[in-house]
Amino acid sequence: MKKIPILKLHDYLLVSIQTEIDDQTAMQFQEDLLQKIHVTGATGVVIDLTSVDMIDSFIAKVLGDVVTMSDLMGATVVLTGIQPAVAMTLIDLGIHLQNVPTALDIEQGLVKLHQELGA
Amino acid sequence: MEKSCVSIKIELDIVAARQLGRELAKQVGFSVVDQARFATAVSELARNIYLYADQGEISFDIIKNMNQSGLRLTATDKGPGIRDISQVMQDGYTTSGGLGAGLPGVRRLMDDFDIISEENIGTTVTVVKWKR
Repeated sequence: MKKIPILKLHDYLLVSIQTEIDDQTAMQFQEDLLQKIHVTGATGVVIDLTSVDMIDSFIAKVLGDVVTMSDLMGATVVLTGIQPAVAMTLIDLGIHLQNVPTALDIEQGLVKLHQELGA
Repeated sequence: MEKSCVSIKIELDIVAARQLGRELAKQVGFSVVDQARFATAVSELARNIYLYADQGEISFDIIKNMNQSGLRLTATDKGPGIRDISQVMQDGYTTSGGLGAGLPGVRRLMDDFDIISEENIGTTVTVVKWKR
């Protein structure tokens, strides 16, 4: 199992997933992120998926869930950098991630958080 | 023809299977999108083995017909089998708390899809992706 680093940037948390995600790593990340939100009081999170070349239904569920869970805690999550191949594959799988905020890249993701949180 | 196998026993074998799947998809000359489609299908089928049958095997072979090459994936297990195949082919049907996207998703990701299952004997899913 690998650990995905979570960086703090003012009121936000920044995550860039750079490794092949196995199920354990994904579950551990979910827990780590919620814990980090709790400890830091972050109001926004950007999860960058630029380096992720495949998202299957399990990882999609974990990502969708972490967005909802963070939302329950009062933090907004934006997913950024989803690759064209990944977007096409997700739709083929029938996964629409409809209520998940997304942005083109980290920069746009931070802009989106600023807008949504009015900070 | 070349044949490669990954046995699925522990959760990390899912990653091993999809990495090999992607490697082979690259070798056959699939586009980046089709590589992702193939790797995703491998991941779904390997996870099904791990979740429902405990263990099994994923094998790949490179196939050729007249003017096309492709990659065939066979996922075999000796698990409990599937009672109602039409039910598991419906989007959103799940017994494991997942998204229920696995099998219907795999069918959409691949070009050919075939499933044989018998209760208490096991399940074999055979899928093919052709190079475009």
